[in-house]
Amino acid sequence: MVKMTIDGNEVEAEAGMTVLQACEQIGIEIPRFCYHERLSVAGNCRMCLVSMERAPKPIASCGMPVGEGMVITTNSPEVQQMRKNVMEFLLINHPLDCPICDQGGECDLQDQAVGYGLDRSRYQENKRAVKDKYMGPLIGTIMTRCIHCTRCIRFASEIAGVPDLGATGRGEHMEVGTYVEKALNSELSGNLIDLCPVGALTSAPYAFNARPWELKKTESIDVTDALGSNIRIDARGPEVKRILPRLNEDVNEEWISDKARFSCDGLKRQRLDTPYVRRKGKLQPATWPEAFNEIAGRLKKLKGEEIAAIAGDMADCESMTALKDLMGTLGSTNIDCRQDGAKLDPTVRASYLFNSTVSGIDHADAIVIVGSNPRREAAVLNARIRKRFVRGGVSIAVIGEEADLTYGYSHLGEGAATLQELAAGKGAFAKTLKDASHPMLILGSGTLTGQDGAAILALARELAEKYKMVVPSESWNGFNVLHTAASRVGGLDLGFVPGENGRDTAAILAGAGGGEIKAVYLLGADEIDTSALGDAFVIYQGHHGDAGAHRADVILPGSAYTEKNATYVNIEGRIQRTRLAVFAPGEAREDWTIIRALSDALSNTLPYNSLSEVRGRMVEINNLFMTIDDAVPAVWGEFGEPGDVSSEPFVSPISNFYMTDPISRASVTMAHCADEFLGSSEGKTGTDG
Amino acid sequence: MLDDKDRIFTNIYGLDDPGISGAQRRGDWDGTKKLLDLGRDKIIEIVKGSGLRGRGGAGFSTGMKWSFMPKEVGERPHFLVINADEGEPGTCKDREIMRHDPHKLIEGALIAAFAMGAHAAYCYIRGEFFREAEALERAAQEAYDAGLIGDNACGSGYKFDFYVHRGMGAYICGEESALIESLEGKKGQPRMKPPFPANVGLYGCPTTVNNVESIAVVPAIMRRGADWFAGIGRPNNQGVKLFNISGHVNQPCTVEEEMGIPLKELIEKHAGGVRGGWDNLLAIIPGGASVPLLPRSVCDDVLMDFDALRDVQSGLGTAAVMVMDKSTDLVRAITRLSAFYKHESCGQCTPCREGTGWMWRMMERIAAGNADINEIDTLEEVTRQVEGHTICALGDAAAWPIQGLIRHFRADMEKKITDAKAGSPQAGNPRAA
Repeated sequence: MVKMTIDGNEVEAEAGMTVLQACEQIGIEIPRFCYHERLSVAGNCRMCLVSMERAPKPIASCGMPVGEGMVITTNSPEVQQMRKNVMEFLLINHPLDCPICDQGGECDLQDQAVGYGLDRSRYQENKRAVKDKYMGPLIGTIMTRCIHCTRCIRFASEIAGVPDLGATGRGEHMEVGTYVEKALNSELSGNLIDLCPVGALTSAPYAFNARPWELKKTESIDVTDALGSNIRIDARGPEVKRILPRLNEDVNEEWISDKARFSCDGLKRQRLDTPYVRRKGKLQPATWPEAFNEIAGRLKKLKGEEIAAIAGDMADCESMTALKDLMGTLGSTNIDCRQDGAKLDPTVRASYLFNSTVSGIDHADAIVIVGSNPRREAAVLNARIRKRFVRGGVSIAVIGEEADLTYGYSHLGEGAATLQELAAGKGAFAKTLKDASHPMLILGSGTLTGQDGAAILALARELAEKYKMVVPSESWNGFNVLHTAASRVGGLDLGFVPGENGRDTAAILAGAGGGEIKAVYLLGADEIDTSALGDAFVIYQGHHGDAGAHRADVILPGSAYTEKNATYVNIEGRIQRTRLAVFAPGEAREDWTIIRALSDALSNTLPYNSLSEVRGRMVEINNLFMTIDDAVPAVWGEFGEPGDVSSEPFVSPISNFYMTDPISRASVTMAHCADEFLGSSEGKTGTDG
Repeated sequence: MLDDKDRIFTNIYGLDDPGISGAQRRGDWDGTKKLLDLGRDKIIEIVKGSGLRGRGGAGFSTGMKWSFMPKEVGERPHFLVINADEGEPGTCKDREIMRHDPHKLIEGALIAAFAMGAHAAYCYIRGEFFREAEALERAAQEAYDAGLIGDNACGSGYKFDFYVHRGMGAYICGEESALIESLEGKKGQPRMKPPFPANVGLYGCPTTVNNVESIAVVPAIMRRGADWFAGIGRPNNQGVKLFNISGHVNQPCTVEEEMGIPLKELIEKHAGGVRGGWDNLLAIIPGGASVPLLPRSVCDDVLMDFDALRDVQSGLGTAAVMVMDKSTDLVRAITRLSAFYKHESCGQCTPCREGTGWMWRMMERIAAGNADINEIDTLEEVTRQVEGHTICALGDAAAWPIQGLIRHFRADMEKKITDAKAGSPQAGNPRAA
C-alpha cells in the first residue's frame, strides 16, 4: 500500500494503481476521454491532467502510477483551467452537430463540455473536415467528430485481436481508419460504438432511429449464443431499437457480439403474429380456439408413445417445463431438447457445463480446444481466451479446424484420433497439460452430435481425469463443454430428455418418417431436418416463420426473448432471466401460457396459472432454479460411453456466425454482414444487388 | 576561444580521410580495450565527472542518464539507441560527425554500450541523410572488419553490434520515445512517461537514447580524462560543443567551440560576422527552431551555454544559431516555424494536435495583418495552453518561438495589424522606411 495525499485527504492506494484510479477510489471523478479501464493507457486526450507537488508539469493521471508521498491536487483553479483548455482544443475542430448526432444525449464530449466547455469559441479559423471511412455494414462513421482518443484502435488490436484499425497521417491530419478500405472483420466490432466517446463511430442500423432519452431500457439476457451475455434492450413503443451490453464481470465483462447487438432488426420480420392451421395443404390464419381444437382433435386419437416433442435452441425454461409436463400428461416420454442430437449426458451435470466458469479462463494456464471455433460459437468467450493469452503464461492447443481465433495456438490435429493420442499422453502438448496447474479442456458441442458422440464425451472425460483437470478440493474443474444454443443447459437441467423408453431427436425423426410417431410438437425447433418428419402432424410453436413453421400443420405464435419474462441457463449453469421489453406482436403470447392454454383444450390442465407458479414447478424439478445469477459448481461423475470414434475431422457447428437462429436469419443487418464477410464477390456481375 | 589541441572533432570539415585509417591516424580506436578494461562503473564515473550534458537539446547529464540503467543485466537485454534523427531546423552537427568522423561515434557507442551492459546499439538516422547513412554503414563495416566491434570488440571479449536504421523523415521521431516506437516498426508517436526508457524502452527492455554528439565525445573524454573536459567552459556547462551558425552571416559554418563562448564572439570569429555588421542584427535564435529568439540587446553579451541562455528565457537547444538581420520579417519567419510544427506534430495528444494548427493559422493572419490586436493575447494564451500539457516536448517547442516573438517583438505584430487596417502600402514589412 502507498500513502499519498489527494486534495488534502490522506489516501492509501494499492501499489500499481494509477493516480486516476486512486482518485476514483475516494470518489473524485477525473474527466477523461481516452482512458478506458479495459484498454491499455494511451494518455493522449490530456483531459485527466492533475497537478502533482514537485512536478514541473501537470501529470496525466491515467498513466501515472501512484507513489509514496505523492501530493495530488485535482480541484484547484489551475486544474479546472487545464481541463477547460483541453476541452477548448477538443471543441475547436469538433463539428458541434449534436442536434443531428446519434451520440447526442449519451456523449462523453457533450457531457464534459457542460462542465468544462466555454460559452463561446475563440477559434476563428475554418474547422477541419474529415472524409468518412467505410468500416462495414455495422459501424457508421462521421469521422469529422473524431477526437482521436484511439479507444477504437486499442479495442480492435487488444481485445478483438483484429489489428485492422489504426491512425494514418500526422498532426491535425491524423485520421482513424482501416488503412485500406475494408469492413472491420470482427465479431465484436459493435463494441467500438459503445467505446467511442463521441459520435464518430455510431451504429449504422440504428442511425437516426431514436434519441436515447425516449427509449425504454430493459435489462435482459442475450440468447443468440449460449454464453448468456447480459444486455440492455432499448425499445421505443412496440419496437426494439437497439441492444447494448450490460456489465457482468463473470460473463461478458462489458462486451457483446455483433449478433447479439445487431440481430434485433430480425425481431420485426417474418414474425408469426397469429395462429395458423393447415387446411387443404395451405397454412391459413386461424384463431387461438381453432388452432387448439385442431390440435386437440388430432392428439386425442393418439397414444402417448405416438407423440413427441423437440425443444429448439431459444426455448426458455418456463415453456420447456410446461411442455414437459404436458407431454407427461399425454403419456409421452419422447421429448428431447438436444435438437442437434448431441450425446450429452443429462444425469451428470458436470458433463455438460462450462465448469471452470467463464471467469475461470483467466486462471487457466493450458487450454485445449476440441472441435470448436469459439470465435464463431461464442465470440465474447473467445475474447476472454484472448485476454488470457495476451496476459501471457498460457499454452493453447486446438484439435479441429485450423481457424484464425485471434490468438496463437498449436494445432494438434483435426479429429478424434488426435484426441485419443492426447488422452494417451502422446505429443508435446501432453507434457504442457501435465505440468499445468490449471489445465482446461473446451469441448465443442459439435463433436458430440455424431454417432460417436458418447465415445468422444468419454474420451474427453478420460483426458480431463488424466491431466487432473478436475480438482474439487481447489474448486477447479477445467472440463468445459461449449454449447451453441441458449436453451441447451436449461433443457438438460429440467430433464427435457427422453424418459423411460423415450425417443431422442434422431429416433423421433426416424419414427416420424417411419410412421410410428404421428404427432411432433416443435417448441421453436428449426435446426432439425424437417423433411424427415414424414407424414406426422406437426405443431410448431415459435416466433419466426422459419424452417419449423414451414413444415407445421398448426402454428402457435410465441414470443421472442425480448418479449417475455423467461429463464435461461448459460453454459456455466448460471440461471439468468430475460425481462419483457416489448409485447409480442399480434396474437402472439408468452410461450408457457400457450402450452398452459393448450393443456386446457386437451382437458389435461396444467397446475399453474402464473409465472411464479411455473417457476415454483421448475424448482420442484430441479432446485438449482432457486439460485439466480450464480453458477453453482457441479459434481463430477461417470459419463460418456467408451467406444470407437470416427476418423472424420471435427467441424464447428457454426459456419456462418451471422445466421444461426430464426431471429438472425430474419435480420437484414445480419444478411448484410454475411454478404460482406462471408459472401464471395466471385461470380457476381454488375447487376447483382 | 578553443585551442586547437582541445578539439575533439578534428575532421569535422572532411579535409582528412573519414575512413578507419584516417580515423586511427587521428587517434580513434587507440587503446579502446584499455578504456573498456576500466569497467562499467569507472566509465560512468568518468562521464559523470566530465560534466557532459546531453547534446540533443534537453541538456540532461549524460553520465547520470547512463547510471539509470539497471546495474545488472536481467532477463531483458539492454540497448543503446543513438539518436541521429537530426531534424531540428538549423541544426547540422550530427550530420558532419557521421559524414566525416563516423568512427568517433562508433567507438563512443562501444564504450557507452559497454558501460550500460548493452550488446547492441541502434543508430536511428534521419531518412534524408542518405550519404551519411552510407558513410556510417561503411565505417561500421570497417570496424567490424578490423575486429573493433563484433563478437570480440577490440579483443575485450565483449560482444557488440552496431546497427544503422534509417528513419522516414518525421521530425517527431527525434523524440526519444517516438524514436523507439519507430524503431520497433510502429507509428512514430511519443510514449507516456513513466515508465522511462531506462526501465521500459526498446522492445520493453532497458534502453538509453543518446544524441550522436554526446556519444561521439565520449572516447575523447575517456582518453583525456574527465578533468580536461570539465575544465573547459563554465561550471555545469562544461566541455566543447559543435555550433551551427546559419542565416544572415557572412560565412555560415559548423564549428567546435567551448561551451559558454559569448554569442557575439562566436559569430564574429567563426562566421565572419553578421551581414552588414553587428549593428544590422535584428534577432538570433540561439538553439534551433524550438527555442525563443533573442533580440539584439540580449545577443550583445549573452554566453552560449545552457544556464546563461535559460536565464534570458531561451535555451541552448542544439546550439544551432540562426542569425536574422534587419531585412528579416520576423513575424513571417516565426510563422514559418509554426507551420513546421503544425506539419510535424504527431497528432497523438490533444493540445499539440489542435493547438499547433490553431497557432499557425493565427500567426498567418497576424503576419498578413488580418487580425485584431487582442488576438495576440489569445495567441499568447493558446501557447500557454499547449506548453507543458502535452506528452512530449513538441508542444513546448511549438509554443516557445511564438512566445519569444510576442515577448520581444509584439510591436512588430501590432504594426502588421494596424498597417493593414490603415491600408498602408507598407503592410507586410514593419521595418520598411
